[in-house]
Amino acid sequence: MSTQLKFYQVGSFAVGNRLIDEADLPEQSRSSRANSLTSGHRACQGCGEALGARYAIDAAMAATNGKLVAVNATGCLEVFSTPYPETSWRLPWLHSLFGNAAAVATGVAAALRAQGKSDIRVVAQGGDGGTVDIGFGPLSGMFERNDDVLYICYDNEAYMNTGVQRSGATPPAARTNTTHAIGPNPGASFTQGKNLPLIAMAHGIPYVATATVADLHDLEAKVKKAMTIRGARYLHVLVPCPLGWGSRSEETIKLARLATESGLFPVFEAEDGEVTATKKIRRLVQVEEYLKPQKRFAHLFGAHGHPDLLNAIQAIADRNIAKYKLCDPIEAEADHE
Amino acid sequence: MLRQIEGSRAVAETVAACRPAVICAYPISPQTHIVEALDEIVRLGEIKNCEFVNVESEFSAMSVAIGASATGARAYTATASQGLLFMVEPLYNASGLGLPIVMTVANRAIGAPINIWNDHSDAMSQRDSGWIQLYAQDNQSASDLHMLAFRIAEEVSLPVMVCMDGFVLTHAMERIDLPEQEAVDKFLPSYVPRQILDPNDPMSIGAMVGPEAFTEVRYLGHVKQLQALELIPGIANEFEEIFGRRAAGEHDADGLVTTYRIEGAQVVLVALGSVIGTMKVVIDEMREMGSKVGVLGITSFRPFPLDAVRNALGKVPKVVVVERAFAPGIGGIVSSNVRTALSNIPVSIATAVAGLGGRPITRDSIRGIIERAFDDTLPELTFVDLDVELINRELERHREQRRSGPMAENLLRDLGSR
Repeated sequence: MSTQLKFYQVGSFAVGNRLIDEADLPEQSRSSRANSLTSGHRACQGCGEALGARYAIDAAMAATNGKLVAVNATGCLEVFSTPYPETSWRLPWLHSLFGNAAAVATGVAAALRAQGKSDIRVVAQGGDGGTVDIGFGPLSGMFERNDDVLYICYDNEAYMNTGVQRSGATPPAARTNTTHAIGPNPGASFTQGKNLPLIAMAHGIPYVATATVADLHDLEAKVKKAMTIRGARYLHVLVPCPLGWGSRSEETIKLARLATESGLFPVFEAEDGEVTATKKIRRLVQVEEYLKPQKRFAHLFGAHGHPDLLNAIQAIADRNIAKYKLCDPIEAEADHE
Repeated sequence: MLRQIEGSRAVAETVAACRPAVICAYPISPQTHIVEALDEIVRLGEIKNCEFVNVESEFSAMSVAIGASATGARAYTATASQGLLFMVEPLYNASGLGLPIVMTVANRAIGAPINIWNDHSDAMSQRDSGWIQLYAQDNQSASDLHMLAFRIAEEVSLPVMVCMDGFVLTHAMERIDLPEQEAVDKFLPSYVPRQILDPNDPMSIGAMVGPEAFTEVRYLGHVKQLQALELIPGIANEFEEIFGRRAAGEHDADGLVTTYRIEGAQVVLVALGSVIGTMKVVIDEMREMGSKVGVLGITSFRPFPLDAVRNALGKVPKVVVVERAFAPGIGGIVSSNVRTALSNIPVSIATAVAGLGGRPITRDSIRGIIERAFDDTLPELTFVDLDVELINRELERHREQRRSGPMAENLLRDLGSR
């Protein structure tokens, strides 16, 4: 007889817990894990993307019994994993260009279908630049055709590989090397933003989900669920980047959690264009708690800070909380007091 | 099987007989009829195990072809003009990765000014992309060269463009001998890839390569082009054995070039594509009158057949390269390649740029070029049938006022007012 444990009972979101049922073990704590992105790669210390990719692809490998092909956009993940003549990938892996991962994956899926090998599945992966900016057209085409591809975006909110420049996914007020923290409106602008999960949902594709590296069990579960579905699927994973965010490498997971707990990064699932599940905030925090440890937001704080911008960011979080019903009404009120 | 058929349809039916596994399509005139026909053929089930993917851009068309080819599928697409430029990035990627994709390029001008008609500016702009480029002179060879293209592409693991003049060929009805499936299967065996995305034998394709090996990887692209140069004559002979005709047309010499009445010629024109048909007519007329003139057609522009060109032109005193594209700031593109073939040989080489943006290259134009070559009045670089007065009036407007306005619109207004 095993005791039914919930993760928060052990005080963390840790995925490897020897007390839980064998069946509930996360993929990474099994000896059978694929190690698809194996050790020896050149990611920075504390890289959220390396962590996210490792969990996501191993989960997809488990779900497909190892019958998986990965297509990769140009970017950090591609560069740090395959410096010739080395590769960290232990599954068939193809890198073509920055902006075409979705279309290349479509081609792989089409070829597999033509060859009668539809048991082999396809994932495409890229960073936020390769997904929301330069690869957006092909991705939208892949969604619209409902090609049998799971596209995973590892969102670190800027072009980190090229030295931290703003992308369409860079949050308001964030400092990058093309949105300097100078002048009356420092950092990235307050615009509508390019919310790719919502755009993906607008295509009516069967499955869209968001996740973070703070809850890796949730990430694995979403990948596995995605692999039970045929057609175009989209998974958007928030992956903190110590280099670009100016954060401590040991705080990657904590920051990912604060992004969710502040309401700035809603974690949800959507099927056929409708939100079907939302991850509730367990302990609501003000955005300040999430932003302050990150040097890219340092200009918002201190004597020459920008409380107006902080308020505007808080307003975004509050809107998310209301829109996605991220808090139970009473708890939310209590925390605001 | 003889059919009276449009060039595009003939190409589509030939491609279908080559049993592609993935066809990706984005419409752009004048190649659109080809993929329209292929969609129909696939839907009718006439190609077994083939996926037809409608993509949202040429960039994605080539990218889908890359993914399919790397998965071991025979992949085909078609494009033209701006579409070719829009897929330039994956175009280089396909050749760099060594993926044997076959693509029809229905040659057309590139803008601005926007123009939908035929010239070779599109394909010529990609002459250094690492793709093999074959140019068809008529629709029979446009059809046949596609079979050759798949065969060459897969033998050397390089992508091949089959270039056919947009509208002039794609939309022309001709009598064409379409290949029987059995013969195609004999000529073109199943595709056995050199590299494949296979979960049973996982490999990484597309790694980042630094200075330690980049030159060598790129050099292999050159080596494969040279291998193709060696292989094409044999493959062309094999084609003839099976189909009873030369793939590049009846005057095909070796699969690389075609020669027409160059024996003892004093002037030899060099050209690519459909204009060679018109040239043959003019050459026949002028030979009747005693003028010793011939034409060398280049079928394989990449790899460029230096030896074949040298052998054909080495003893000819005057060579005129007639080009449907040019390099602004210097002039001829094909002619600089011909010059390389004829280096250290005392021969006069002139460039005649003609037929841009669909302007017809008439028999009179060709006769004029040849006569001026005989008279030694043909400059090293000439633009055939150029309206010099129209240009001078526009240059005058430039001198008169700073804000002279858009050039193309000025020229059209000028023409309209006369």
